[in-house]
Amino acid sequence: MMGWLPVALLAVPLLGALVLLLVPHTLRPLLHTYGLALSGVTLALAVLLAATFDYGRGARIQSEVDLPWIPGLDLRFHLGVDGISLPLIVLTALLTFLCFVHLCWGGARRAFVRARPRALVFTLLVLEVGMIGTFLALDLLLFFVFFEIVLVPMYFLIGIWGGAGRRAASIKFILYTLLGSVVMLLGLLLVWTRTGTLDIEALSAAHGAGMPRSVQILAFVAIGIGLAVKTPMWPLHTWLPDAHTEAPTTGSVLLAGVLLKMGTYGFARIAIPILPEGAMAVAPWLGAFAVVGIVYGALACLAQRDLKRMIAYSSVGHMGFVLLGFATLTPVGINGALFANVAHGLITGLLFFLAGGIKDRYHTADMPSLGGGMLATLPRLGSVLTFAAIASLGLPGLAGFWGEMLALFGAFQPANGLPRALFLTYMVIGGLGAVLTAAYFVVMLSRITHGRPQAATGAPADAQPEAEPSEGPEEEPWEGPWEGVTPDERPVVPLGSPEKRSATATLKPSPAPLPPDEPTGTEPTPGARRTVDDIRSYELLAWTPLVVLILLFGLWPGLLLSLTTPAVQTLLGAAS
Amino acid sequence: MIQQIDYFVIAPPLALALVAGLVLLLDAFLPARPRTKTVLGLVTLAGVLIALGLVVTQAIRGGPPRSTFCVPADLAAPAGLCSFVVDRFTLVFAGMVLVAAVVIVLMSMTELAAGGIPVGEWYFLLLCTLVGAVTLPASRDLIMLVVALELVSLPVFALTAMKRYDGRSSEAAVKLFVVSVVSTAVMLFGVSLLYGIAGTVYLSRLAAVFSGRAPAPGVAAGTALAAGQDLPAVGTVGVVLVVAGFAFKIAAVPFHSWAADVYQGAPVPVAALLSVISKAAGFAGLILVLVTGLSGQAATWAPIMGIIAALTMTAGNLLAMRQRSAVRLLAWSSVAQSGYILAPLATAAAATAQGATATAALHAPTAATAALHTPAAATAALHAPTAATGPATATLHTPALTAVMDSATPPETMPMGAISASMAYLVIYAAMNLGAFAVVMLVSRTATRNELDDYRGLAFRRPAAGLALAFCLVCLAGLPPGLAGLFAKVFVFREIVEGGSGWLALIMAVNTVIGLYYYAVWAARLVTPAKATAPTRHRPPPATWLAIGLALVAAVLFSIAPQLVLNMTSFSAFG
Repeated sequence: MMGWLPVALLAVPLLGALVLLLVPHTLRPLLHTYGLALSGVTLALAVLLAATFDYGRGARIQSEVDLPWIPGLDLRFHLGVDGISLPLIVLTALLTFLCFVHLCWGGARRAFVRARPRALVFTLLVLEVGMIGTFLALDLLLFFVFFEIVLVPMYFLIGIWGGAGRRAASIKFILYTLLGSVVMLLGLLLVWTRTGTLDIEALSAAHGAGMPRSVQILAFVAIGIGLAVKTPMWPLHTWLPDAHTEAPTTGSVLLAGVLLKMGTYGFARIAIPILPEGAMAVAPWLGAFAVVGIVYGALACLAQRDLKRMIAYSSVGHMGFVLLGFATLTPVGINGALFANVAHGLITGLLFFLAGGIKDRYHTADMPSLGGGMLATLPRLGSVLTFAAIASLGLPGLAGFWGEMLALFGAFQPANGLPRALFLTYMVIGGLGAVLTAAYFVVMLSRITHGRPQAATGAPADAQPEAEPSEGPEEEPWEGPWEGVTPDERPVVPLGSPEKRSATATLKPSPAPLPPDEPTGTEPTPGARRTVDDIRSYELLAWTPLVVLILLFGLWPGLLLSLTTPAVQTLLGAAS
Repeated sequence: MIQQIDYFVIAPPLALALVAGLVLLLDAFLPARPRTKTVLGLVTLAGVLIALGLVVTQAIRGGPPRSTFCVPADLAAPAGLCSFVVDRFTLVFAGMVLVAAVVIVLMSMTELAAGGIPVGEWYFLLLCTLVGAVTLPASRDLIMLVVALELVSLPVFALTAMKRYDGRSSEAAVKLFVVSVVSTAVMLFGVSLLYGIAGTVYLSRLAAVFSGRAPAPGVAAGTALAAGQDLPAVGTVGVVLVVAGFAFKIAAVPFHSWAADVYQGAPVPVAALLSVISKAAGFAGLILVLVTGLSGQAATWAPIMGIIAALTMTAGNLLAMRQRSAVRLLAWSSVAQSGYILAPLATAAAATAQGATATAALHAPTAATAALHTPAAATAALHAPTAATGPATATLHTPALTAVMDSATPPETMPMGAISASMAYLVIYAAMNLGAFAVVMLVSRTATRNELDDYRGLAFRRPAAGLALAFCLVCLAGLPPGLAGLFAKVFVFREIVEGGSGWLALIMAVNTVIGLYYYAVWAARLVTPAKATAPTRHRPPPATWLAIGLALVAAVLFSIAPQLVLNMTSFSAFG
């Protein structure tokens, strides 16, 4: 009945992008509002989709569209929404909209206008088509097509608007993910040749009937590798830190907030329901890689100096929890995974926005150079950062907690047929990982927000590192793992003047001498900075929804869980 | 004996040949003025369009495949042995070649406008190549195939050398000449071996012999070859040599090394012609020989095709990665793409195996009765004016065998899916590759060296061209929004996975990623701001834009509705 909604969700950004391509110049003056309006309409449609969703039947596919596209390939244009995909669709639309908000008003605006705004709006809109389409698709090949659509826009987003090492990072990103998705394509085709259908709905209902165990395992591994690259799972994650670090703020937000979810969503939508026996066989391995990822991500975070890079590695850890939840193959675990998925999108999206904001102000994301005392110099920014970090480390009452808790809880009692002792071990290691997660966020906060602002100098942008005593007491307990790194924090003395171009630049009224590719913000005079330059209004606008949602889902997890639970139960149908 | 010729069937090549003669005459008699160039170009274009129109008319008329140059009925040949057959396969190839030819003629107009190249000869040779390329997919006997293939190749040497006084061009022409002649010699040797075994040059008859439905006069015992049974060594050598001959044409490993030098030395339209029309002709011949003629021996050639495909795509991609010149990059990339097109053929063995063994089991006892055949029949036939009719009529003296021939249903044993995938890929490849070449042609007018760095900032200097090239490259890489390339790869992957060649699928997967690297690097250059190039406002002629537009429209169309290609290329059977 509401079949037009999914189509409209894709058509609005797509047509918007095409219009931009066809009439390049007429829209130039309206460009900021154009992107904002289109993504706003998309968000409105997504909200409408959520509003018309029949919550009583969350397990059923709703708002279905099913049209033949390429009969020769059995490929049907089959879209639909259920309890698993709905939150992700809304999340995607929301994050894209907030990215446009961030781009339209803001310090980013000047850089935005200079650096090919039309192409940027175009890229983001196409990206949105791919992301929403992935969550809507109910046909294996259609899923694959949408899965691939995001690659090229993201490649250009990183490659054109990214930081200094953008070339290498963007190439690495696209090659790595393509390798994954081609392997996934082989798996999907294997499923297809064995079952003769591409319809995800029918395949999930069949629960792997018609495919022998060996084929299921092979297909699960192939599809799993493709999804794991995107997720990313531990040994396949190496593209992620570079891509996140080099990407512009909007790129990082969408990458962490949505693109990673496409991988995990694939597990819930395709790999586990369609190949239950394969999932059962591979789950212990998946769990093992997941917990390694949790611990590895946390340890890697402890060793990072760059704020964006640290958040990127924290994604590896968080996605480890999501994968662990899937690996348990229990309703609890998968619910937890899906919850953690959405929570991570909100929290990490916020964190990347904040990192972008900090980079805008200080022109560096190097934590030691940032110095400390942000709570004193920029109290609002500092407190939002504190909030986001605490949410991310999984404080009860905030969104980050429930997903991880449920995933670990699922590991406590995995599905029948899975080795319980092994999963108990995973749970313990995962719990340890959660502690480590808390550790690196606390360390990060102590480095950036706490402590004394730089001794006596004016602007925070001076990036004077901490004086010794302020860091000492708090960090001492954690210092073990990265002792080797600590001396690095204070090569200090020359920092203020000669080599940190950024630092000197901010002291001047105009940021003109900055390299053109650096998305710099407007920098008012140093004196006015501390008060004026705290959270700006557009930032407040972009961040508030995320903060509110993090609080909402933290305090009322049932809101999301009630949506996913029935869907998860049908999805696991035969498996449990 | 009077041959009845169905002129409607041979109309497309005939029209092209007539126009070729006309162009030569016009060039001789028209005054040498600049406008003459345009006139000749337009006449050529009209000729190509007429041929295309005829092909389309043949396609619309539909009905059963029509054939001509047949063994006359009064000689009571079993199922018509014909040299020239127009069926879906022929029409698709001819149509594709002619559409590609339109683009290439448009590109030639730009190239020739610069002067320095004799116009009349150029168009004459181009049309001659097209005659060969249109004839080749219709050929159904080995001699006709070889002649048509030579007709495709020979004019190209001259076309390559047309840029006189350009050392590189001459070198390329000599290289192409030597390689091509050697490959022809190799192939002819293979053809003669096959003929020696089967005693026939007709593909349908070859198919009967090699799948054991008819006796093989050339085999010592004079018995039939059971399908699945090993060929005598000489037969295997014959198959391998024929494959090698075609591998030269499509620049497959290990006969690929000429590609880059020749593409770079030749004028850009000729490079495009080599990479699309010449290559399509090579594939048409290869598919005809292997699938129509030697389908019974798929077990022999399918593994070879698999290995060649894997090597070709890997070598092409690896070599393309290090190229700085745009044309050389496209040359290696088209080698790699040849590998993808070959890949489905490797699965033909799996598809034919069941069908072939079934028919073999059915026919083995009756086939043995054909022992009265002697090699003498074959050798005698060589001297007869209508070479191939000898053995064909000879078979008819065994009534049991005729019955077998009638009941035999070769189409069921043919790997239709594999051919369909290969052809679909070829059609889509033609569109996207021509688009890329057309833009390269445009850039080559301002940047003589035509290196990748010359493409920096193309998207700003010439947004339309930059965008078109970016789209074609993304298509070639096989990523959305270039859905045409993506689906082409999906067709191929599906065939391979279905055929059970997992190793080949994995190699192709890795190759797709390697391929993406150089396409992405090139595409990224298009949007990298150029460092202060002097803007030579050089108005490109409209013909180039038409060429780019045509190729681009085809690529976009195939992206939106890949089903079009599938409808074209999925056959029920060969004629």
